[in-house]
Amino acid sequence: MTTQRPLTVQKTRIDELIDADHSLTRLVYAYIACAAIWLVFGTLVGEYLGLKFVWPDFGVEPWLSFGRLRPVHTNVVLWGWASLGMIGLALWVVPRTCQRALHSTRLAWISLLLLNAAVLAGVICLASGVNNGGGEYREFIWPVMGTFALGIILLAYNVYRTIAARATEEIYISNWYILGALLWTIVLVVVGYLPWYQNGLGDTVIQGYYMHMGVGMWFTPMVLGLTYYFLPKLLNKPIYSYSLGVLAFWTQMVFYSMIGAHHFVFSPIPWWLQTVAIVFSVGMLVPVVAGTGNFLLTMRGSWSTIARSYSLPFILGGVLFYFFASTQGTFEAFRSLNRVWHFTNFTVAHAHLTVYGFVVFLIWGGVYGLLPRITGREPPQLAVGAHFWLALVGVLVYGFALMIGGTLQGQSWIAQAPFIDSVTLMAPYWTGRAVGGTLMFLSHLIFAYNVWKMRPGEATAPSPAVAAFQAEAA
Amino acid sequence: MRLDFHKNHRLLFGVIFFGFIGLSLIIAIGPAIWVNDNNTPLPTSQPLTAQEQAGLGVYVGEGCLYCHTQQVRPLPEDSPYGRPSVPGDYARLRWLDVWREPPMILGTERTGPDLSNVANRQPSATWQYLHLYQPRSVVPGSVMPSFPWLFTVEANPAPGAVIVPVPAQYAPAAGKVVATPRAQALVAYLLSLKQPPLTAGGATAPAAAAAPAAGGAGPDGAAVYGNYCVSCHQNNGEGLKGAFPPLKGDPVVTAQDPTTHIHTVLFGLQGKKINGAEYAAVMPPWSATLSDAQIAAVVNHERTSWGNSAPTVTAADVAAVRKQGADAGDDHE
Repeated sequence: MTTQRPLTVQKTRIDELIDADHSLTRLVYAYIACAAIWLVFGTLVGEYLGLKFVWPDFGVEPWLSFGRLRPVHTNVVLWGWASLGMIGLALWVVPRTCQRALHSTRLAWISLLLLNAAVLAGVICLASGVNNGGGEYREFIWPVMGTFALGIILLAYNVYRTIAARATEEIYISNWYILGALLWTIVLVVVGYLPWYQNGLGDTVIQGYYMHMGVGMWFTPMVLGLTYYFLPKLLNKPIYSYSLGVLAFWTQMVFYSMIGAHHFVFSPIPWWLQTVAIVFSVGMLVPVVAGTGNFLLTMRGSWSTIARSYSLPFILGGVLFYFFASTQGTFEAFRSLNRVWHFTNFTVAHAHLTVYGFVVFLIWGGVYGLLPRITGREPPQLAVGAHFWLALVGVLVYGFALMIGGTLQGQSWIAQAPFIDSVTLMAPYWTGRAVGGTLMFLSHLIFAYNVWKMRPGEATAPSPAVAAFQAEAA
Repeated sequence: MRLDFHKNHRLLFGVIFFGFIGLSLIIAIGPAIWVNDNNTPLPTSQPLTAQEQAGLGVYVGEGCLYCHTQQVRPLPEDSPYGRPSVPGDYARLRWLDVWREPPMILGTERTGPDLSNVANRQPSATWQYLHLYQPRSVVPGSVMPSFPWLFTVEANPAPGAVIVPVPAQYAPAAGKVVATPRAQALVAYLLSLKQPPLTAGGATAPAAAAAPAAGGAGPDGAAVYGNYCVSCHQNNGEGLKGAFPPLKGDPVVTAQDPTTHIHTVLFGLQGKKINGAEYAAVMPPWSATLSDAQIAAVVNHERTSWGNSAPTVTAADVAAVRKQGADAGDDHE
């Protein structure tokens, strides 16, 4: 039974319905549904902020101003959307790879409550002008971030107990990354918020560490851990090299930790600290090449499977963005190029290519790979396709507009032209960013719709799609 | 002990957790403590007053630091913002209150210009208020947000109220725009942002600091104008009615004798009628900021632009007026 569709390719339906524990299915779905809501909200704010560069007097209420909403956008998409999305998937991956039930479903629900409460409280604080000090991703005041950290601590405990009780002898590599990310993030928040060494320029040293590790020791290892599960699972073949994954893991831990100061090249923090950061930014190529190489070699020979799947294209996209955007980060650290790109919109492009192109695409791959298999409901394939292409084209338009504009900004400064020139020259590129951002935002609305279509049923009959598949298979 | 990371979860996650704590001590906490132990505030710097400190709180809460840096890099293109920043410039930063960390004023983006030295570059409080109320009233190409909620519109402002001379195009239909205490605190903070000299009494001579490279063509008057003058006098030289006087066709700027023109740029102007009109704003002195060559270049730019055609000057002319001092040579009424 195939429908004739002249413009699109029929993708394969899911080939199995995992006999999941319904309480876990509901938990995972709740995390992903909350994440999707934060995604729509956070990127609605981002879309609005992008438009302000084109129409600066669009919305002049205090809580609608750029200075208050910029941290709302970044914190919501990072701590609300991406974090909850990754954790939701991880709560499936950990018990599955340990062949044990999650230590405590109830504790995981409490974590969800704490994380949501923290992000909501943080949004209210920031919109009211209560900002911890303007350090990026550290804008939640300590009671709010403490609530978030408590949620993460409970999750780390929950995941640790599950891994400790595993039925397998070996600890699967995904769990190294997932529990590693949870533990590192606890350390990160504690280091970022303890007061004693944070006066004066010491605060800037900590900020470089914090803002870099927030990405490098939380989002990166989390989605890599998830990909070490979803990619082989969806391709139905083992990962190319387990050892390469282990090499990438340890080099990730040691090299990424060292490079925070590359956000403050040419600043008055110690020159040697900047140089260490630049050197390890080159070292970062080791885990990046090992990780992407491992994934691409796993995909080799399975390109037609990827083309026929609606989840694997997201993972392929995420892996490619991981390689390109991380390499871009290494280049941005070099003093010669930093001079051109630092302080410009190029860094905004880089932030979106990494967190969006890499982290978010891998989360979407996991969501589309997992949810239909545990709820029995598939999303409309056309809607998934529209999501994929709008997001991909959108982030590329966004990224290239700001990379080109940012380079021109830097060159304008080096030429010592009047400052306002670097503002007016950006007009077409900010318009380009608004166009790309609009495409991205539209894709998020479709994603939210798809998440709704994949909601768990009443645990009775499989959906018509799955029933049809089962009938065909029989 | 066997290093069986694959099978021993205590060992694996112990190394992951405590290893990362160790790395954090080496790369973050240790250097932070070291930096703080080895820096003190510059002897020439002043702590913020209570009002300026409150203004810093507004600066953080309204997110000014997302678009404005306060770090001058040791790069030529950063020289308009002042001398390269040193750790001592930040040594006075403390927690704002029990809830909020020391603000990250160094910033990571420069959508707007660096503010390390904004009080020297743009010392007019009137300009700052206008710019906060509606940035495009003074900088037409600006994309900065406006902050009308830091102001109130009052029909009969109390005596002593800080009234902002908003141009008609941007002014409310009725009433006067009055700066709230939060706006006053923010402007007080902005006007405290002057880089203190690195050595007491050793203010570097701007003439030497900004001297053109040997064999260079000398400073570009249009660029100096763009960096220091345009925000008030505007690109078209027409100023802003009621706030900043025009240079286009101005008798002093087009006079055959350039002395008063040079004197005004060097030493500023305040409280004088210009062509019969009064202006609320103060013209700041630039003698400490700009070199003789830079002032000559910008004076010549003003004397030969927008239809003005007056005799040009040399750096030596500027030096002569500078030498006579602020008390001589001003021919304004």
